[in-house]
Amino acid sequence: MRVTWPISLPLSSAAVMLLACLAPTGASAVERTRARELISLLIQDCGSCHGMTLRGGLGKPLTAAALAPRDANAIAAIILDGVAGTPMPPWRGLLTQEDALWIAGTLKKGLAE
Amino acid sequence: MNRRELLGKACLSGLGLALSAKRAGAAPSSVRGTGDLGIVIERASGSVQIIETTHRTMLARIRDLGDLSHASAVFSRDERYAFVFGRDGGLTKIDLLTASIERRIVQAGNAIGGAISDDGRLIAVSNYEPGGLRVFDADTLALIADVPAEYDGGRRSKTVGLVDAPGRRFLYALYDAGEICVADFSEADAKTPKLTRYSGIGKLPYDGNITADGRYYIAGLFGEDGLVALDLWAGEPKPRRVLDGYGRGEAALPVYKMPHLEGWAQAGARLLLPAVGRHELLVLDTESFQERGRIVVAGQPVFAVCRPDGRQAWVNFAHPDNDRIQVVDIPTLAIVHEIKPGPAVLHLEFTPRGHEAWVSVRDADRIDVYDTRTFAKVAELPAEKPSGIFFTARAHRTGQ
Repeated sequence: MRVTWPISLPLSSAAVMLLACLAPTGASAVERTRARELISLLIQDCGSCHGMTLRGGLGKPLTAAALAPRDANAIAAIILDGVAGTPMPPWRGLLTQEDALWIAGTLKKGLAE
Repeated sequence: MNRRELLGKACLSGLGLALSAKRAGAAPSSVRGTGDLGIVIERASGSVQIIETTHRTMLARIRDLGDLSHASAVFSRDERYAFVFGRDGGLTKIDLLTASIERRIVQAGNAIGGAISDDGRLIAVSNYEPGGLRVFDADTLALIADVPAEYDGGRRSKTVGLVDAPGRRFLYALYDAGEICVADFSEADAKTPKLTRYSGIGKLPYDGNITADGRYYIAGLFGEDGLVALDLWAGEPKPRRVLDGYGRGEAALPVYKMPHLEGWAQAGARLLLPAVGRHELLVLDTESFQERGRIVVAGQPVFAVCRPDGRQAWVNFAHPDNDRIQVVDIPTLAIVHEIKPGPAVLHLEFTPRGHEAWVSVRDADRIDVYDTRTFAKVAELPAEKPSGIFFTARAHRTGQ
């Protein structure tokens, strides 16, 4: 018996979507260069636990659907302070409040889709 | 020369002729072994390079392998085939000699690595979604066994730290349930393994590995300061807490990338293990299971890997110290060298006898090759966001 699961979105498409997110949205308070750095951090470093496509790994999925019930401020707080008792570390010191809010907003808009 | 020798000579030259005719002029050098081959995972582009370490060249690139973030590989006993485990549940069997995909399946939704049984017949994959182990025929990749990681009345746990153990066994840990499992396929026609579960081992085991002799399985815990060792040579193995309380009650530092126990640094009876939330390597004596020292390092260690002779361990680090490698001299437990290959050093692999170390430098899109005696960089190879590097010599090592 062969077990098959739907093959996920090709990474190149995900990358195109991510770059599309770099376009000015008005809501973002970070500059374009910083935005690029944050996208890279999201894919590569957040991705080491949450999956490079952010569909989850040892950490939870960070898709827009998964994050829909949470508001951006709450997500930013998790990014900055971590979650005690889990491997989610506090990123405060490496990321500012603005960075964290921008990441939260970007994820809620559906970076992973 | 007698008649038999003459006949033999004629036959041999006839065979040689037939072979060269068949190859239509191909150079004799197209016949080759695989002992100096390996693969490099190119995580972002979903491709792997087949490389050879004698002349340090790429032989081929194979594409369309899906999401290869955190991908790993094992090799068939004849070192001809690589089995690549992708994050998206892809399991791809690559023929290193023809540089082609022999077979490929997508066996789960989210996976985290695999193992090959000691007899080379079974490929096991550790899955996050759906949580559990799946075991496949190494020839055909047909499903042999599905072993759900159920706990707590039907919940599914992510599985981590999957390794092979002697006697067609696989060991792994249940991240959410805090268990170590042994799946024993020693019954020749086993469709369902004999499963032994050790529960209550501690919180959040994040990875595990087995000593080269196949005796001890050790799982690292994220939720507690300590590790768990299981002696598989014991009549009735019992999990035992080791290096308990190594954090000494101090607040843990943030861990921006989980440490790995794959390829851990075992030198004789000493095992160098990454501490979690401390910028230290812990030195464990595997005879007494006592701590034999600590080595302060540059950041949160991710991989600590021994050169095959056990003289050195090379260590890389989590963000934001992931631009460097430190080298530990095992006899003195001192750091004797530091290399800064560049941004995001993700993995390294030694050549089988340890004369070189191949290092993936993700953000530089490069593989750097170092002489391990002089620490001089001897080659650079371009690669697309490289992560794992795996050489065929792993085929003959337990737990790889």
